[in-house]
Amino acid sequence: MHPALSIIVFTTASGLGYGLAAVLGLGLLDPLSWSTKIAHVLALLLIGGGLISSTLHLGNPQRAWRALSQWRTSWLSREGVMALVTFVPLTLNAFSVIFLDRHLIWAGLAGTVLAAVTVYCTAMIYASLKAIDAWHTPLTPASYLLFSGAGGALAASLFAASGTGPWAGLAIAGMLLLVAAWAVKLAWRNRLQRRPRSTPETATGLGAIGKVRLFEPPHINDNYLTSEMGFRIARKHASKLFRIAFAAGLVAPLILAFIALFLPAGGAMVLLALAVLAFGAGVMVERWLFFAEARHAVMNYY
Amino acid sequence: MTSLPSESTPKKLGLVIDLDVCVGCHACVISCKEWNTGGYGAALSDQDPYGGAVSGTFLNRVHSYEVVPEGGEVVGERGEARIVHFPKSCLHCEDAPCVTVCPTGASYKRADDGIVLVEEDMCIGCGLCAWACPYGAREMDLSAGVMKKCTLCIDRIYNETIPEIDRVPSCVRTCPTNARHFGDLADPGSDVSKMVAARGGFDLMPEQGTRPVNKYLPPRPRRNLASSAPVQVEDTSGARGLLAWVDSMLDRI
Amino acid sequence: MNERPRIDLSKPVSDEIRKTTCYMCACRCGIDVHIKDGKIRYIEGNRDHPVNRGVLCAKGSAGIMTQHAPARLSAPLKRVGPRGSGRFQEISWDEAMSIAGEWLGDVRRTDPKKLAFFTGRDQSQSLTGFWAQQFGTPNYAAHGGFCSVNMAAGGIMTIGGAFWEFGSPDWDRTKLFVMFGVAEDHDSNPIKMGLSKLKKRGARFVSVNPVRTGYSSIADDWIWIRPGTDGLLILSLVHELLKARRIDVDYLVRYSNAAWLVVDAPGTKDHGLFARDGEGKPLVYETVTERPVPSGSKGARPALSGRFQLDDGRFAIPVFDHLAKEYLDAKYAPEAVAAETGISADTVRGLAAEIGRVAFEEAIEVDQPWTDMNGERHQSFVGRPVSFHAMRGISAHSNGFQTARALHMLQVLIGAVDCPGGFRFEPPYPKPLSAHPRPHGKAEHFGSNQPLSGPHLGFPLGPEDLLVDAEGRPARLDKAFSWDAPIAAHGLMHMVIANAHAGDPYPIDVLFLYMANMAWNSSMNTAGTIAMLEEKDEATGEYRIPKIIVADAYASETVAYADLVLPDTTYLERHDCISMLDRPISEPESVNDAIRWPVVAAERDVRPFQSVLIDLGARLALPGFVDSRGGALYADYADYIVNHERRPGIGPLSGFRGRDGTRAGRGAANPEQLNRYIENGSFFSAEIPPEAHFFKHANAAYQDFAVKMGFFDTPQPVTFQLWSEELQKFRLSAEGLREPVAPEAHRARILAAFTPLPSWYRPLEEAAVDRSEFPLHAITQRPMAMYHSWGSMNAWLRQIHTANRMFVPAAICQEQGLEDGDWAWIVSHHGRIKVQVARTETSNRDTLWTWNAIGKRKGAWGLKDEVPESEKGFLLNHLIHELLPPREDGMRWSNSDPVTGQAAWYDLRVRIEPAGPASASEPAFRPARVPTGKGAEELRYGQEWSK
Repeated sequence: MHPALSIIVFTTASGLGYGLAAVLGLGLLDPLSWSTKIAHVLALLLIGGGLISSTLHLGNPQRAWRALSQWRTSWLSREGVMALVTFVPLTLNAFSVIFLDRHLIWAGLAGTVLAAVTVYCTAMIYASLKAIDAWHTPLTPASYLLFSGAGGALAASLFAASGTGPWAGLAIAGMLLLVAAWAVKLAWRNRLQRRPRSTPETATGLGAIGKVRLFEPPHINDNYLTSEMGFRIARKHASKLFRIAFAAGLVAPLILAFIALFLPAGGAMVLLALAVLAFGAGVMVERWLFFAEARHAVMNYY
Repeated sequence: MTSLPSESTPKKLGLVIDLDVCVGCHACVISCKEWNTGGYGAALSDQDPYGGAVSGTFLNRVHSYEVVPEGGEVVGERGEARIVHFPKSCLHCEDAPCVTVCPTGASYKRADDGIVLVEEDMCIGCGLCAWACPYGAREMDLSAGVMKKCTLCIDRIYNETIPEIDRVPSCVRTCPTNARHFGDLADPGSDVSKMVAARGGFDLMPEQGTRPVNKYLPPRPRRNLASSAPVQVEDTSGARGLLAWVDSMLDRI
Repeated sequence: MNERPRIDLSKPVSDEIRKTTCYMCACRCGIDVHIKDGKIRYIEGNRDHPVNRGVLCAKGSAGIMTQHAPARLSAPLKRVGPRGSGRFQEISWDEAMSIAGEWLGDVRRTDPKKLAFFTGRDQSQSLTGFWAQQFGTPNYAAHGGFCSVNMAAGGIMTIGGAFWEFGSPDWDRTKLFVMFGVAEDHDSNPIKMGLSKLKKRGARFVSVNPVRTGYSSIADDWIWIRPGTDGLLILSLVHELLKARRIDVDYLVRYSNAAWLVVDAPGTKDHGLFARDGEGKPLVYETVTERPVPSGSKGARPALSGRFQLDDGRFAIPVFDHLAKEYLDAKYAPEAVAAETGISADTVRGLAAEIGRVAFEEAIEVDQPWTDMNGERHQSFVGRPVSFHAMRGISAHSNGFQTARALHMLQVLIGAVDCPGGFRFEPPYPKPLSAHPRPHGKAEHFGSNQPLSGPHLGFPLGPEDLLVDAEGRPARLDKAFSWDAPIAAHGLMHMVIANAHAGDPYPIDVLFLYMANMAWNSSMNTAGTIAMLEEKDEATGEYRIPKIIVADAYASETVAYADLVLPDTTYLERHDCISMLDRPISEPESVNDAIRWPVVAAERDVRPFQSVLIDLGARLALPGFVDSRGGALYADYADYIVNHERRPGIGPLSGFRGRDGTRAGRGAANPEQLNRYIENGSFFSAEIPPEAHFFKHANAAYQDFAVKMGFFDTPQPVTFQLWSEELQKFRLSAEGLREPVAPEAHRARILAAFTPLPSWYRPLEEAAVDRSEFPLHAITQRPMAMYHSWGSMNAWLRQIHTANRMFVPAAICQEQGLEDGDWAWIVSHHGRIKVQVARTETSNRDTLWTWNAIGKRKGAWGLKDEVPESEKGFLLNHLIHELLPPREDGMRWSNSDPVTGQAAWYDLRVRIEPAGPASASEPAFRPARVPTGKGAEELRYGQEWSK
């Protein structure tokens, strides 16, 4: 699948934003602290920015509102609906924290649950597509949720460290989620080695005659399908990128957060900030690979 | 609403494509483009039409495959590879994944005849339906920003302003080898259903669970010429023998 | 769901349907052009049309994009920079016509042969040929010389017709169909429709072709012949059929010259010619009365074998006796030909057995009494349901003429010509050789300001009809009908530029080309040809070919080399006629012709070429174009189509003749004729009476019908010529036994190629080069969605074939370490090209191939400079020379069939070498520009109708 920048930015940013929002919703951070207020703003910015980014690839963004109508069947529609619904408690709580210095418990918890549901919906857009073997697994929503949670916890620990609240617990939770996310991701990636559900032989129905090989494509140049779904990445190149993602998205934040545990708040803040940045970069690469390594069934025809 | 019709549609209009006679001439490809660029919905645009990156929207394309036997069937004089030309357009699946993923309801399957359509005014051009389709039946028109797909020439097949004989999809109307057939696959008595039954018509990628309406007829098995070679009895009579035989034939005329 | 806005399911397609004839290839299908808001909405096949019955190919449907291509020329142009510089000036038609008139008038007055007028994909040859004849130059021909003259000449000289426009397989009845290489881009709809019928009936389809694409891909059996060896395969089939006694003796005696007596007098001038009576009738030996009698004598039982004494004391042998002895020779045994053809003996034997079995055990009968030319009444038509088809795959080899003869001989031997289930003639064929004209062009045939004394093209019946002077030098620029190419029935367009450049046999002043892409894909040695067009005479500073006029509708590579460009209209903008006087579109059971008419207006400053030619004819006061007072006879081509008469009552169109439009074939001109055609769907069709459907060569009812329709003035039955006396006459000349005697240099070639019975010899290039140095063949195939070079200016078609690659057999890829997409050099004795390769498992193991004419020169066809067509596309032409490699004595023969001069494209021998990384094919040329409109960056054709 073609790794479109707008979608990668969207899933990375909104994943982090929803994760942060979900943790904030638990009310563990001091609503009086300026850093908590910034955290709320940042979460909303990440979510909003991601959503805007996601509309960039639309052919007719002016009709985007229509995407809210098909929540009964479409995960994309559900995601849109949930994103809007989630905004209500998140905004409410953020408003309260920022302007009234007060955390709203019910709005906060509702925000936490809805954020998780929204991330789940996002993941299910991909996981529901049978035509893309790599995505069509419960591991996809699991990894999205865990990455989101890990990012959220790490980011929250940063803001807690910057403020007055206790932050070590959040950092530890973030580290645990991080390990879990990457464990799921490794399992997800292992699945790529499996025999694909569809092959050129099943795609053409000519397997009974023999091995099927494309002799000539229908048109010589690329078309929409091959540009959109024909992305191919060399295995060597992919492994290298995965190692980068793994180092930036797991190893670096883990080490940084671990060291931070033994430092005073000021030093911890710096390390945790670096950990969040490394994590964000790692997840960006991971998301790029999420697309680049996924092979669409239609490519059996090409 | 992008729910699929709750019950099987009373009619299942679709195509049956005969891989035994398709010679890969692309007549259907261009006829489709020509009909549909001025027909239902936005034009099928072409980007950089006279330049290096020329690429346009097509609703039907013909692939060509080399099929190399791994033993078993006799496919040619020497068991060599054969070429199969393979036209492909929307299969109007019964469990059309492209319909259910649509967030806006633009994509739908008609309840009465099963045709899968896009209502372009509602399409936001998110491309998810193209991702959901394992067959590559949907192409985003880069100019209109809406998803295009085979409509089974819905503006032909019910069109009372054209002669009845022409109320078939443009690709079927034009196919010089008669490799494309149109009809109701829900009706076991229809020509297309009978053809599918007689020739072992099959689904593409049945493992995707899409239950395509369109069917493909496989290339017929080949017979081997060398096996018709007579058991050789050496004829040593040469020209003399032949001429004597001819003489005897002349007497009979 | 279901709350959908109602779709307008019954939206009218168009405001009006205009029916005309397609010209996206040479198939000439009927089309319905739907016009909406004055613009083309949709083009579909005309269901009533005899050629295509409603279907239409990709090219036909893409007509919209050809009509709107930016490559269209828009005004007359005069060259103002050096040739090929792309510097042109738009001029008025007045100026263009006066320049052309002046150039041509000077030539006609001083030395008419200094005009060479050659037309490419011309569908108005009856006009262009007539014009050239009235002009008086001997130098006229169309493109047949590099297309398929071998097939046409081989067929006409053997059975009085050939494939495609001469006849077709009986698609409804044939049970075994064997097809040799054919170009799949034209005549394609009838063949595709026919193959579909075969498949439906379960008939067997055997394809003999080095490459398994297109039609071959659906064949029941694919015989992967090595290029140039088809003749040997056919003769091996003949060997097997003779051995198995699978021949139709009755048919041979009735319809062929099998029983004719051949004089057996070696060393005399009549050796190998037919023994004839005092009236010139060939003799047969009557076995009951034991004496020679004229063939066709009632009740005679002729001998097919033996050696008989004639009344004058000489001895003679029946043709069949020669034939049997020749082909039963062990050199034609399947084992003996296996190495050369690459086909296993079992396969050849199997095919022969299948042909014999189907022809004789599955014979069919059509219940229809008929009478033959001897007055004998038959109760039915007996059919041998085996049919064949072949075109360029056989034709474009230097042994193609004899291979075509061999194939027709095979059909005659099994009695399958024009019978139910066999190959069937289409009117006005069959037509015996004697009914074709002799060629004209000798010095005594023309002169200053006078017309040529007869048509340019035809068939010499012997060396005495050659167009040579007393010293044996060619009279025509292309050397057609000279000792170089004696039976060049379609001329040698591929030699015109090289000969004019060399001044051999003489220099010319004006080269006038219509729709011929000689500076690109229609020439061998393209780079050399371009150089010849650009080269100047050092002494005079003038171009070697001083003046070039090109008429075309599109900016081809050749237009860039014109000094004067006459922009043509498109096929949807002009009148045309598909005439019985030209290349007919009849079917076995109907006589058909058709027209085109302007279905859309030409909104450019262009004129239909045919009308321009008629105008030029009037300006030059050519007979036939002006009346006695010098006034123009015809206002334009439409006027000519209706009012021109070739013979009294015979004009370009056969339908709706007579004052009231009720006459077919013969009749007075009808001023309403074109309107009647348009009302009828732009074609005319006359049914052939059922008793004339088969055996047309000997069918009294058909011959009467042919006379009534005006094909002939008297019946012209055909006796199939297994033994060709005409060819034997050339041999006698080469042996020095018969006048005129062949020049010494030509004798060996003639003796080798002019065998009176069909024969096979190794293609000349293969025979001349070192086979180990050039171990492979390289050929082109025609993609069905692209017609020659005409397709790259079409925005839809060019997406299908944007660039071509060289298909290389998998084993060779492996041996050379080549992968898909790698670059390789292809090297011939003449040059080398760098190309991108693609692996294939479906071609002959010694054969590389690519799609024809996809490669384009930068700057041409209204395309941007950096397009795949010129960056990655390529032509095989750069590897092919118009001359064969020099012999030991330095003599270089033309790379053509020695009999007909047919360009031997498919003889090419090459080797392949990996070329390392590259990004573009070679050779590359600087852009060849012609001023045209600019193409849009995006097309949304029909968007205005989307709501």
